[in-house]
Amino acid sequence: MAFHKIYLTVNGKDEQVVVPSNMTLMCMVRESLALTGTKNGCSAGECGACTVLINGEPVNSCMVLAAECDGAEIVTVEGLASDQQLDPIQEAMIEAGAVQCGFCTPGVLISSRALLDRNPNPSEDEIREALVGNLCRCTGYVRIMDSVKAAARR
Amino acid sequence: MVNPDRLRAPSPVGENKPRIDGREKVTGAAIFADDLQFGNALLYARIKRSPHPHALIKRLDISKARALPGVKAVVTGEDFLGYIGLYLQDRYIFCRDRVRYVGDPVAGVAATSEEIAHQALDLIEVEYEVLEPVLEPEYGASAQAPLLHPDLGKYGVANFIFPEAGTNLSNHFKIRKGDVDGTWEKCAAVIERRYWIPHIQHVPIEPHVAIAKMDEAGEITLWASSQSPFAQRSLIAQAMGISPSKMRVIAPFVGGGFGGKAGVSMEALAVAIASKVKGRPVKLLLTREEEFYTAFVRQGLVAYFKMGCDEKGRLLAMENKFYWDGGAYTEYGVNITRAAGYSSSGPYEVPNIKTDSYCVYTNHPVGGPMRGFGMPEMHAGLEQCIDELVQQIGMDGVEFRKINCLKTGSTLVTGSKMHPTGLLECIEKTAKAIGWGKKAPASAPNKRRGKGLALMWKAPAMPPNAGSSAWVELVEDGTLNLGVGGQDIGQGAFTVAAQMAAAALGVPYESVRIATPVDTRYSPYEWQTVASRLTWSMGNAIVNAAQDARRQILSTVAEAWEESPEDLDIVNGVVISFKSEKEIPLKNLVIYGLPKPDGQGWRGGPVVGRGNFMPTYVTGLDTETGQGERAVVHYTTGAQAVELEVDLETGRIEILKGVSAFDVGKAINPDLVKAQMEGGFVQGMSSALFENLQLQDGVVQNPSFVDYRIATTTDAPKDLQSFIVEVAQDDGPWGARGIGEHCMVPTIPAIANAIYDAIGIRFEGPPFTAEKVYLAMLDAGIVE
Repeated sequence: MAFHKIYLTVNGKDEQVVVPSNMTLMCMVRESLALTGTKNGCSAGECGACTVLINGEPVNSCMVLAAECDGAEIVTVEGLASDQQLDPIQEAMIEAGAVQCGFCTPGVLISSRALLDRNPNPSEDEIREALVGNLCRCTGYVRIMDSVKAAARR
Repeated sequence: MVNPDRLRAPSPVGENKPRIDGREKVTGAAIFADDLQFGNALLYARIKRSPHPHALIKRLDISKARALPGVKAVVTGEDFLGYIGLYLQDRYIFCRDRVRYVGDPVAGVAATSEEIAHQALDLIEVEYEVLEPVLEPEYGASAQAPLLHPDLGKYGVANFIFPEAGTNLSNHFKIRKGDVDGTWEKCAAVIERRYWIPHIQHVPIEPHVAIAKMDEAGEITLWASSQSPFAQRSLIAQAMGISPSKMRVIAPFVGGGFGGKAGVSMEALAVAIASKVKGRPVKLLLTREEEFYTAFVRQGLVAYFKMGCDEKGRLLAMENKFYWDGGAYTEYGVNITRAAGYSSSGPYEVPNIKTDSYCVYTNHPVGGPMRGFGMPEMHAGLEQCIDELVQQIGMDGVEFRKINCLKTGSTLVTGSKMHPTGLLECIEKTAKAIGWGKKAPASAPNKRRGKGLALMWKAPAMPPNAGSSAWVELVEDGTLNLGVGGQDIGQGAFTVAAQMAAAALGVPYESVRIATPVDTRYSPYEWQTVASRLTWSMGNAIVNAAQDARRQILSTVAEAWEESPEDLDIVNGVVISFKSEKEIPLKNLVIYGLPKPDGQGWRGGPVVGRGNFMPTYVTGLDTETGQGERAVVHYTTGAQAVELEVDLETGRIEILKGVSAFDVGKAINPDLVKAQMEGGFVQGMSSALFENLQLQDGVVQNPSFVDYRIATTTDAPKDLQSFIVEVAQDDGPWGARGIGEHCMVPTIPAIANAIYDAIGIRFEGPPFTAEKVYLAMLDAGIVE
């Protein structure tokens, strides 16, 4: 098994990690960096629970090899809040009651943040489209979509 | 002088308090079982599973797997001889002589890495003698079917479950009430139908995970994503032949349960393997594929209904036969069969009724509890039959339901009387919100629009004496730690627990912290987080614990102030006297007590309140008739209605509007109640439109999110309305009863009835996929 030393930025911090060739970005984030907010729901790129931002783009981190992320800028759910100040999308999800079990929530938050960054005023259809890859079994999605709208207004 | 503002402080009960775990969950700080770190000692477990639905194990050789470097343990059924099961002990932890479903565990491996554990599985040699499988419950119930559990008569069983030894029937629940056979001729309309409700899966986004460790002294710790840490303590300890006190279960946040993480499923596998590698934690994380067919599934149902009414639309008789496809082991499923039996009238008063509800062993995945516990499956057909009956006699569906539905004091199917219920109000609210009786035009020429409505009832299905307990412990700053053994699986149990504790003690909601994670060594006992019973049962225990603490506090202060406790109150964290108008904040006394005057000593001390709750009034039912004094603790009732459109070109169904109304007794947190109604509606809608665990020769054909579709953002209805009805439960905290499961019970028939309204077609069962709907429209000549 070959190992790679990679340099990347995670949640604004420079990191240097040695990763085996077959390690996914999801594993690296959860195990090497102990950022367990990113969740493993299927390991197959189908549920969206492990969504992180790579250079601003939302990606299923279980489908990306860590070794490919040399030089990349990664944002995980732990990177959304700064200095105790929650991101507006985090605040909106608490207020709208869009959180139940919380397992899909990190991925939903990251996908929503990415949407709002590229489109500060998304239509309802655009929200549905942006979050279609984030499965949620608890909420029925209505409050999730409401909170994206609420965050957009802030 | 008492500050008058204190007396105006609103009670935290009935308020839309934000979730107590909201911040943790949006920041990624919330810890789930797979997030726990165990360092380099951790071993990884994998399971060798049966590829056959039914076979005898003729030879099992693990020597090559054992010899693989990095493998620390390989175990088989011969290592663990104890049976396990909640209501019926019909399972070994690992199979011994026989495998009964594709996925049945035959051996387990613990290794230093996932990769090595996988390699070891390939080195395990198993020879099978393949046997004829049972793949259909009606066949399984017949005398021709091969016997799947020859030892059924020897299994340990709860005294309200009735297995029939020498058959594949692990439970047979009967209702015999009135004279059904003699009533049909008096009916103006009779309808007879067969429905088939396929297996589905819970699909929590967090797969099952368990980490187990046995120490040198033989004591076990299990960390698991679990709805049932206490039941797991009891059942796994029994199967392993150890005392429950030597088994500790720690249960962090649960990433969705829906019943699938209740009882014991894969957790015992991790414990068994760990017992062979003392001192090292062993982790078993199900793959998504394994989640689909080796964790519990919702069992399939073949249901026959016959029902009749007179010319005025009064239901006179029902005859039901339910064949539950219970799967390979029915240790939990047997009680679903029972619940369906004692609820088999639906939410109606039916004077003559006969029901046979059979739990049938098949060589399918293990059926277990899923949100609704048999009620969504049973109501799916029953509420469609009601609509057909209504059509036959030319009545209105809402009118018919209002005439026949259960009202306070109605006689139930089991012979007892209905407690106060707001079902009528639920029907009225739902019908009004959906615009019942008004036909709106379709949105396009290629669409047909329809409306449908369905009712439901459901009781917590559990042993008669399922108990709860709680403690509250005051902190120096006057806040409180609340100990509970129930779990927050997303439904908001911790939030309403905190609201109830705050209200019962007299502190602000923000002053309550839940002692998490639930840990059977420190947390108070709770039977299981199932049956929508926590708000009611655990809530009662919490109120009792808070009142116990309150008595201690008030007695200390009353003595100090030389007043009577009756003149004192605790408001917003401050003890006040209505008599002397004195006040003292809790933080000044709850740890160190209060000094007596002139240095004469102290009174009071650290305050810890304890409380419990257990229903004591549930009676048995007659084995032959299903009649009895009180079958269950209570029934939550409700109604749902939908408006939808069917696309004639594609067969696709779009739910335009969904309306729910349920009688929750009292909404402790109305916003959380509505969140349950919305989420439940969409889960029910998903089961109606998309979900089907496709079984072919016992093999699940679609164990992935690509092939097993659940609702996504693009499917969520644009308009979802939820109404709370509050007719108080006599023994519920503030009158509350459960709501978690009920909100997906009437969704399938409400949608089916709306499809019929739109295109005049009924299906034998869900899912009503675009393909199925389109082909049926072709058959019916609606499209060409």
